[in-house]
Amino acid sequence: MKNNKIFYFVVILIVAIFFVLLLGLKEEKNYSPQSNLKKLNNSILLKELYSGKNIFLNDLLLENELNLINIWASWCSPCKAEHPYLINLNERSDLNLIGINYKDNLDNSKKFLSDLGNPYDEVLVDSDGTKSIELGAIGVPETYLINNENKIIKKFIGPLDQDDYEDIISLIKK
Amino acid sequence: MINQIGAYSLYICLFASVYLIFKSYISSKNFDKKIDQTFFATLSVQLFMTILSFFTLVFAFVFSDFSNITVFNNSHTLKPLFYKISGTWGNHEGSLLLWLLVLTFFLFIFFVTSKKMNARYRILTILFQEIIILGFLLFILFTSNPFLNILPIPDEGLGLNPILQDPALAIHPPLLYVGYVGTSIIFSASLAALITKTVDNVWASHIKNWILVSWVFLSVGILLGSIWAYYELGWGGFWFWDPVENVSLMPWFCLTALLHSIIVLKNRNIFHSWTVILSITTFSLSMSGTFLVRSGILNSIHTFANDPSRGVFILTFLLFLVLLAIFIFFFNQKNFPDTHQRSFLVSRETSILINNWFMMFFLSVVLVGTAYPIFLEVVNDAKISVGPPFYHKLIVPFLIPFLFFMALGPNIKWIKDKIKKLNISQIIFLILSFLISFFIVFNTNTNYLFSTLLFTFSFYLFFKVINSFQKKNSNLSQKVSHLGFSIFMLSILLNGILSKENSANMKVGDEINFLNKKLIFENVKVESDTNFKKLIGEFKLKDNEKIIHFRPEIRVYSQPETITSEADISSTLFSDDFLVFSLIKNDGFFNVRYQHKPLMIWIWISVLLMSLGGVLSFFKLNEK
Repeated sequence: MKNNKIFYFVVILIVAIFFVLLLGLKEEKNYSPQSNLKKLNNSILLKELYSGKNIFLNDLLLENELNLINIWASWCSPCKAEHPYLINLNERSDLNLIGINYKDNLDNSKKFLSDLGNPYDEVLVDSDGTKSIELGAIGVPETYLINNENKIIKKFIGPLDQDDYEDIISLIKK
Repeated sequence: MINQIGAYSLYICLFASVYLIFKSYISSKNFDKKIDQTFFATLSVQLFMTILSFFTLVFAFVFSDFSNITVFNNSHTLKPLFYKISGTWGNHEGSLLLWLLVLTFFLFIFFVTSKKMNARYRILTILFQEIIILGFLLFILFTSNPFLNILPIPDEGLGLNPILQDPALAIHPPLLYVGYVGTSIIFSASLAALITKTVDNVWASHIKNWILVSWVFLSVGILLGSIWAYYELGWGGFWFWDPVENVSLMPWFCLTALLHSIIVLKNRNIFHSWTVILSITTFSLSMSGTFLVRSGILNSIHTFANDPSRGVFILTFLLFLVLLAIFIFFFNQKNFPDTHQRSFLVSRETSILINNWFMMFFLSVVLVGTAYPIFLEVVNDAKISVGPPFYHKLIVPFLIPFLFFMALGPNIKWIKDKIKKLNISQIIFLILSFLISFFIVFNTNTNYLFSTLLFTFSFYLFFKVINSFQKKNSNLSQKVSHLGFSIFMLSILLNGILSKENSANMKVGDEINFLNKKLIFENVKVESDTNFKKLIGEFKLKDNEKIIHFRPEIRVYSQPETITSEADISSTLFSDDFLVFSLIKNDGFFNVRYQHKPLMIWIWISVLLMSLGGVLSFFKLNEK
């Protein structure tokens, strides 16, 4: 009798896992504006790279523009690859670009920006990487597009490429 | 033409598989005492046809036959021969064909080497294994056929991802597959043994060989993947807790637990149902691994193909196998022999059970870290990410008791032992370990208590194992493996706290000074290779008297166009010096990153030692 209960329990558990994974397959891998959006955590406090002042990430988000948060590090070579796209995006006045420097040496990161150009309107420092994880980052580089209600509407894992770039431009135009 | 040969041989395999399923089902019902000759014949035909179809694909790759869509998508005429061959399994379709090859090959070997076992048991193993083979055949033929034609025939292929053009990565998948697929035999055999009521010590010593083979190949396969990540991804780490890495680690934990519990079954004839559960779980985890990697449900650098229909197929097939296994397990539970063996708290059995608990704990941590984000996203639509801190915080503290039990366990006797009065030599080992650890930790800036304890018990295990080599009667393979593990722990810990790195932007002729070292950027050369151009940087590192030359490369591949950085690593027994440079926008400047990583090579050596222990055990077993 006792074994029967275990048996049903195991079978139900496995069938449940099956359905969750089946639904997982159908999930869209990127956030699309139609789906239920995740609101940005409003208690993320970071230091500014140059002044060292503590700033809430939310305070930097602008209400009448799209915001782009880019997580990067000077030691990460894919970040260099996507850098030209960020520089181009920065030239658009209708996009607010915020950089989060991930687990990095401050001198190296300043040097990175002075050598390659600084595309960011603001640069924040996440020296131990915990704040990026709170944001939901898996690694560097990672980029989030955030709308005027502080909701993440698109997430890019890995370096931005031409397709992503065009994607962002088209979303800005909407 | 050649495509047809490959495809038709797969269809013949399919027929063989269906025939064998019926044949073995009927024979198992009739309780045949003898095995029909047709089994051997059909299995041979099936194996031959799989080999034929696999080599057809290899030939298509070698001779760049772009009428085949798999070759067109993944190869190029300019690729070196070695990578044309390894390109066969460097893609989704080809790697599944390799899976199938190993599946049929293993079943054939199983059939030939199990003649001493009960006939009905062998027939049932064929039945279950053929069900798995049939599933994979259907999967290959209907969702990922490697032999599709493309018309008109293109002149040139699209090329293999350059990051995969690497010797370690060329042989990493085959080894890993042998490990994964070996678990399928364990799965089929344990279900067969369950039905035929032969889960006992005879079966244990028979199946232990298969466990050892899978375990050794899985360990070496994971090791090669890790070595590749170390020098190719250029980040200087060797384990990133990437979901796909985790997916190979989960069956490894389970298989390691099984490897230990099977010894108890063999020697004491207890743990029957636990061993069967572990066998089923190990295979299910290997299959889930394939599902997670191939369906695109995970976002990872490893993901080959994002095709949901493939995911649905593997998932459904996996559900079918797991439910089948559970039904068989619960309906045959009464078949376990009633061995009312008394068990005692202080015994070898208990210590192995403790090992199993820890393995299950590590497994759960990795499972939660890998699967929970997927579940949460489905249920709650929230995206979370689980990074190294999660794994470190949950796993590292438990390593301390784990190491302690590992040091004690092998010296405890079977059935019942006494806790001896305090043994002087034990105390000396422990104090010695503590002093060395304290000295090491004191000279670095790390968390004192934690690091000291970890070091202490790693050293303690190391000394205990070294000491046990003096005793004659005990088990050499176990000592070698445990020695490997203690060196593994020590090198990871030392590597973690003593690594140093420096990164700077430099141009030719620059010199920088750091940590009493001087790095000089001497020259950059441009060279061409068969399918890429390369920039070679020439660097000189002066460290007191010692001078090291580095020649890292930046490669620009033309098909597909990709830039990769090849680190130059100077390895000695004591440390690795790692230098990588990459392009940046400013003219003439390069980003140069130098890392000093102590005892890196010992991480690889120690894993090889652990595997060597498995190999020793395999051969010793065959002698008897």
